[in-house]
Amino acid sequence: MTVATGTTAGNRAAGGAVGTAHTRLEGRAKVTGTARYAGEVPFAELAHGQLVVSTVARGRITAVETDAVLAMPGVLDVLHHGNAPRLKGDYTNLLGKADPLLQVFQQDRVPHVGWPVALVLAETPEQAREAADALVVRYATEPHDVAFAETHPAGYGAGAQTGGTAETKKALDASEVVVDARYTTPEEHHHPMEPHAAMARWDGGRLEVVDTNQGSAFVADELARLFSLDAESVRVRSEHVGGAFGAKATRPQVVLAAMAATVLHRPVRVVLTRRQLFSLVGYRSPTVQRVRLGADADGRLRALDHQAYSATSSFREFIERSADFGRVMYGPDAYRSENHVVPLDVPTPSFMRAPGEAPGSFALECAIDELAEKCGIDPITLRARNEPEVGVVSGLPFSSRNLLACFEEGARRFGWAERDPRPGVRREGRWLLGTGTAAARFPSGVAPSTAAVTAEADGTFTVRITAADVGTGARTALALVAADALEVAPERIHIRIADSDFGPAMVAGGSMGTRSWAWAVIEAARALREKLALGGTVPPQGLTARADTGASIGALSQKERHSFGAQFAEVAVDVATGEVRVRRMLGMFAAGEIVNPLTARSQFLGGMIWGLSMALHEEAVRDGATGGHVGADLAGYHIAAHADIPQLDAGWVDDVDEDDPVGIKGIGEIGIVGAAAAVANAVWHATGVRHRDLPIRPDRVLTAGSTEQAGAAGA
Amino acid sequence: MPPSTPSESSAPSPTSSGISLRVNGETYALPVDHRTTLLDALRERLDLTGTKKGCDHGQCGACTVLVDGRRSLACLQLAVATEGREVTTIEGVADGDQLHPVQQAFLDLDGYQCGYCTPGQICSALGVIEEHAAGWPSAVTADIAPQAAPAPLDAAEIRERMSGNLCRCGAYASIVEAVARAADGSSAGVRGTEVTA
Repeated sequence: MTVATGTTAGNRAAGGAVGTAHTRLEGRAKVTGTARYAGEVPFAELAHGQLVVSTVARGRITAVETDAVLAMPGVLDVLHHGNAPRLKGDYTNLLGKADPLLQVFQQDRVPHVGWPVALVLAETPEQAREAADALVVRYATEPHDVAFAETHPAGYGAGAQTGGTAETKKALDASEVVVDARYTTPEEHHHPMEPHAAMARWDGGRLEVVDTNQGSAFVADELARLFSLDAESVRVRSEHVGGAFGAKATRPQVVLAAMAATVLHRPVRVVLTRRQLFSLVGYRSPTVQRVRLGADADGRLRALDHQAYSATSSFREFIERSADFGRVMYGPDAYRSENHVVPLDVPTPSFMRAPGEAPGSFALECAIDELAEKCGIDPITLRARNEPEVGVVSGLPFSSRNLLACFEEGARRFGWAERDPRPGVRREGRWLLGTGTAAARFPSGVAPSTAAVTAEADGTFTVRITAADVGTGARTALALVAADALEVAPERIHIRIADSDFGPAMVAGGSMGTRSWAWAVIEAARALREKLALGGTVPPQGLTARADTGASIGALSQKERHSFGAQFAEVAVDVATGEVRVRRMLGMFAAGEIVNPLTARSQFLGGMIWGLSMALHEEAVRDGATGGHVGADLAGYHIAAHADIPQLDAGWVDDVDEDDPVGIKGIGEIGIVGAAAAVANAVWHATGVRHRDLPIRPDRVLTAGSTEQAGAAGA
Repeated sequence: MPPSTPSESSAPSPTSSGISLRVNGETYALPVDHRTTLLDALRERLDLTGTKKGCDHGQCGACTVLVDGRRSLACLQLAVATEGREVTTIEGVADGDQLHPVQQAFLDLDGYQCGYCTPGQICSALGVIEEHAAGWPSAVTADIAPQAAPAPLDAAEIRERMSGNLCRCGAYASIVEAVARAADGSSAGVRGTEVTA
């Protein structure tokens, strides 16, 4: 397998650590099993909480029959809406208004299957689990509705429509070539390998918590608000996090552990079961998307209209913003997009790796491929003809835009030039072969963070920042950034992360973590060097400088800042079974300065694997009768396994933003964007049939011809 | 080792028994609830938390350990049924400070991201290398006739044999490279430079 190669050119004076491959600082701990995740940090006298969730989709709790359970061996208490301490719910934070899901046991209403209804506390995990299974909860049920459809009468436009309806219709009508297609994606779940776990105890008047999350300062702040505590009275740590992908904001396990530790006056651990992750930690809504493209015969876009529909819960609005993907992709004469949302009796969806961009890119990048087919133009050529000078909605210039460089280098490595554009003509035994491509984009944001850097008396440096390393390699990346900022070898940097006592910092989300934290570390290092330049010796306790990047981020010029990428896939489709096998994938990215090529490659490849998994495997099925899932486990919800993953390669091109003091763009999400479209476009190239509904299951491949005809007849 | 909890005395009872577990060459005598899985006994009673609980249903492979040298899912096995057998967990794979070649390859080639599936992947890889060396075929082995020469442990063989170990971060490509390198016994071409801090 080819090792990823690429060059990066930063706009900071580098000491050579950034841009050179380094293994992870915590690598030895991870391969020897000594890295402790949230549920594994020893707390003496630990009690165990097992959560009981609702089995009905809508109604009220009429009874929680605790007597029998309280008599069971080892059971300490049962918390429920009738006896739980009160929580505050009138605050707003980074993610909006207080999430009703975190208001555990505050009222008797049940808004979906899998809603928290009781917490059984016991001396051992086995006793807690048995008692939780035995607990009888009675409900007064009400009719529920979990059926998502874009025509649902409760649906509404979420936020303002972008662009003009009349103008777009006029441009479509005037177009020589039109694509008008409907795409769907199913409900998808994060499923980090580490289920959510938290341990809480009161220690000397402070609530001390070990949690699995994407931002310990964020979680500490939310716990302080929920429990009406001073911010200084809460400490949250999350040194090792077993995957997150958006699922690990403040989630019920940490609220439950804190509540139970308060009631029991002893340490409590709460671990969610894999099944409970289907209803308590967010997920990606199913989407329906209608894309209309109008173009001249040479592929020049005159109109682009993207309407996206998603679901939310009855009690909190979360919008999967799929329609926003095209805002800066192309330069049509007329552009319109709108996101619509349908409230149902389901859990609230949430941010899941590339929220909006992942399903949005599937629809738009497949539609672009369909347009290329109709125009008889190579899909890369068609994209090159529609490169915009500025963001089509904002009118702002791009900080850097190297999409075409990704396509050029990717096409060269993939061997795109030899591709025969005709679909359905390559056969190898019972396999039909095809290749496909798609574009990727993800915004490069940044948020204020604080950091401290200490010069130690022994000549080393300690960096403290409430960053989270959820598997991204952030810990190592920040050590390299600090080394270059201090102009010392990485071996002289100690890095400490994921402790809310280090102060507020951006969460590991939105591909903004490393960029935001690196900015704070660089500023703190600069401040420290100024202090050190004043002379004198470093005192025994060290010399510390702090930074808060709020002001410098505020001064950043207004531009369209994004990572871009080009995805390529080759598939084989079994004509007998309908099975689709991806044979190889290549992703080329323009994503700013690459801090650590070793871990960056892993992140890009991981994202591409998510795209493959989204294209072929992932689909949570909801049962209309019960309102819950069918097969809510890792046997029923398929994610890509070893045997599904072929030869993969990822690389990157130079991508410099001249007026950005950090130059890092963030790479956690760009890898998934466009990947499912590249696979779907390759399936078309192999078979001659467009698959507009994900996942591309064998049954869909086998029945595709007839479905296609039925769809055409019904349209 | 955490203190034993009040409800589990060492006296025999209808719901608990005193057992002796052999783990990483050590013998542990402990009372266990009959319902306690090997996974929970390792994690909760012996403080060997390197073996991970990903699903508790035998679907993800994060709890893979070696029992008498063969791959086994610790979440599907009762602790009482493991008595008298030799259990190897991730904590017993390295030779003191000297990493096993499989561990070293995972570290050098970045065969992980979040690290939560890693102990299971590594234990599984140890099993794969042994099973292959013993001539056991897999579902992708072309010639499974008894007299056939062992097929090389190529990427397709590794992928097939490792498919019981899910990795949600998607580190599969590097894991396959790491297993291949370790099986090969080669340590050339280290991709990353180790930094200690």
